[in-house]
Amino acid sequence: MTEPLLKVNNLKKYFPIRKGILGKEQGNVKAVDDVSFYVYEGETLGIVGESGCGKSTTGRMIMKLLDPTEGSIEFEGKDLTKLSNAEMRKARREIQMVFQDPFASLNPRHTIGKILEEPLIVHGLGNAKERKKKVLELLEIVGLSSYHANRYPHQFSGGQRQRIGIARALMTNPKLIIADEPVSALDVSIQAQVLNLMQDLQKDLKLTYIFIAHDLGVVRHISDRVGVMYLGKMVELAESEKLYANPLHPYAKGLLSAVPVPDPDFKREHVLLSGDIPSPSNPPKGCTFHTRCPFKMEQCTAVVPILIEVEEGHSVACHLYDEGYVNDK
Amino acid sequence: MERKELLQVKGLETTFFTEDGAIPAVDNIDFSLREGEILGIVGESGCGKSVTSLSIMGLVPSPPGKVTNGEILLEGTDLAKFSDKEMRKIRGKEVAMIFQEPMTSLNPLFTIGNQLTEAILIHNKKWSKKKAEERAIEMMKLVGLPRSEELLKEYPHQLSGGMRQRVMIAMALVCDPKILIADEPTTALDVTIQAQILQLMRDLNKRLNTAVMLITHDLGVVAETCERVVVMYSGQIVEEGPVDLIFKDPQHPYTKGLIQSVPDMRFKKDRLYSIRGNVPKPGSIKQGCRFAARCEWAHERCLQENPTLYQTGEHHKTRCFLVSGKEAHIDDRAIVESK
Ligand SMILES: Nc1ncnc2c1ncn2[C@@H]1O[C@H](COP(=O)(O)OP(=O)(O)OP(=O)(O)O)[C@@H](O)[C@H]1O
Ligand SMILES: Nc1ncnc2c1ncn2[C@@H]1O[C@H](COP(=O)(O)OP(=O)(O)OP(=O)(O)O)[C@@H](O)[C@H]1O
Ligand code: SF4
Ligand code: SF4
Ligand SMILES: [Mg+2]
Ligand SMILES: [Mg+2]
Repeated sequence: MTEPLLKVNNLKKYFPIRKGILGKEQGNVKAVDDVSFYVYEGETLGIVGESGCGKSTTGRMIMKLLDPTEGSIEFEGKDLTKLSNAEMRKARREIQMVFQDPFASLNPRHTIGKILEEPLIVHGLGNAKERKKKVLELLEIVGLSSYHANRYPHQFSGGQRQRIGIARALMTNPKLIIADEPVSALDVSIQAQVLNLMQDLQKDLKLTYIFIAHDLGVVRHISDRVGVMYLGKMVELAESEKLYANPLHPYAKGLLSAVPVPDPDFKREHVLLSGDIPSPSNPPKGCTFHTRCPFKMEQCTAVVPILIEVEEGHSVACHLYDEGYVNDK
Repeated sequence: MERKELLQVKGLETTFFTEDGAIPAVDNIDFSLREGEILGIVGESGCGKSVTSLSIMGLVPSPPGKVTNGEILLEGTDLAKFSDKEMRKIRGKEVAMIFQEPMTSLNPLFTIGNQLTEAILIHNKKWSKKKAEERAIEMMKLVGLPRSEELLKEYPHQLSGGMRQRVMIAMALVCDPKILIADEPTTALDVTIQAQILQLMRDLNKRLNTAVMLITHDLGVVAETCERVVVMYSGQIVEEGPVDLIFKDPQHPYTKGLIQSVPDMRFKKDRLYSIRGNVPKPGSIKQGCRFAARCEWAHERCLQENPTLYQTGEHHKTRCFLVSGKEAHIDDRAIVESK
């Protein structure tokens, strides 16, 4: 097997909670707590999980928008946390991000042409003429037209703005795109257009995606492998077919069974999870899911389960599988 | 068995008078809500779902909005003719509403107990505070809120999103309304919490026989929760019928496209079907079928005339010339193959 394009090792991000006028530290929010995964060239790794579980924080650390508290991020074999400035600039070109709200991320006073040109200027790529050419080329690629370059963000619909967001991310010919909820703000009919576009671009430009979303249907559709996060931890990581056909972690089971399916005839067993998601500033001891887990055992409240591969291409962090996974099929 | 029509909306038109002119956000819609049923209203952003519900509640922001035509018959009485004062007696008592973001409808400065008892006392002026509090606790148990007595003393920000939505449901149901309008009640919630709230709404609908109008853009939520569904597009109803029929045999090209564009968690499609173009703003299409610019079957007539809502089955209505009985029926496979 080839080396992964990206290796994330024991990544942690703790945000300090400060109280009072002196800003004394009062503990911390464990937004991302010891997460490891690989991403191979040309694949899409989906990351799912409920609000606040640390998906965006993980993406932002890879993008170098946030510094990790601990852990390493290796991109093409080099640790991003230890790069020289010149190397870092190059790495920044190769990893780009697409955000949820295309409107908030586009400067309302700039034309689309200017917005798209900016990443090239920042990275000192090409002369004015070459930059212009690249802008027009990318507008075309994402399904817009050259005359759109002179328009302003508010003149576009949500779906078109997301196309612009994608075009901007592609300006520097990146290898890895981190897409953080890229279709969550879009209407269903428009969402399908953008997902198809992302799939086409991946094929044509050999892109690698980390696709963050809370919509499990969308994630299955686009991902080769999927990681499920809960309270800052990766609790299951598997090839997408395996995860959706046979989720192993009790949280993943509950999460998957909670997704409404657009078929009135579809009857299934609901694993209705009771209770609320605990606060990441005071996560439960041992397995962080034990407060809601229907299978809780004695060791669950004391010992943190680690992510282990229980079957080829299927890892889970749960004491139920300490002895290995018994495939009863 | 055909159930009694509790609410009949006839020819409802709600217009916003803005700088850009008069926008018919809801444009001549007809539908009814039957006793004890859960009716889904689906459609994409801006199609008029919320304005429809606000019109029924008499809560359209005015100015710039106004119900400019039509009747809203609650057991035969036209609410559209009611004054603000008369509507105040209907709201909460006969028809109650819950919204997407419970935080915006709860007052952050008052305790949960304050707000619940207040809601009870509005419609039961002679009740003692103690009696209202007992009722509040009863309601909290009904919606599955734990430690109800302590919760009464807590403030909205101390509750999780799911708990706040339960409080809103409790508040909406204090006076045993005949109708509950829920506008995207679970959109702001995580899926595991959404599943809890939808389960609660189904339970309450069965136990109390409250008719529910559930507004959502999530077809999965409709399939799992509703008996009948109304599909809206650009201020109009384009299709209406029992959930089974709409999902299995949709007639309108928009409904068909919408159902096919949703990724299904159960199996992987190679490529999603996608409807071309963008969702039009209400009022932007002046002539012809509002879906024509995006429709694969649009023909000459579609550009000239706006189709009416045809009866296309015993319980099924569709706004499209193709199924008006005069022209060919859409073949299911045609959609897939033409892509
Ligand atoms: N800058 C910050 N300072 C303090 N806490 C933060 C900060 N950014 C994120 N957090 C906290 O870290 C946790 C993880 O947040 P994150 O945004 O990564 O979640 P997420 O999985 O992306 O959620 P969502 O689905 O809502 O986008 C949350 O509890 C959040 O409140
Ligand atoms: N206060 C207002 N002023 C002007 N126009 C309005 C106002 N509120 C609503 N509208 C118009 O009414 C249309 C329908 O809005 P409505 O809120 O009913 O949409 P919706 O179907 O509920 O969408 P969403 O799914 O985004 O909630 C909008 O497209 C908008 O043009
Ligand atoms: S480790 Fe224990 S509490 Fe955690 S998910 Fe597994 S069984 Fe449940
Ligand atoms: S009336 Fe014409 S344009 Fe409208 S949906 Fe039917 S076929 Fe399409
Ligand atoms: Mg996020
Ligand atoms: Mg709305």
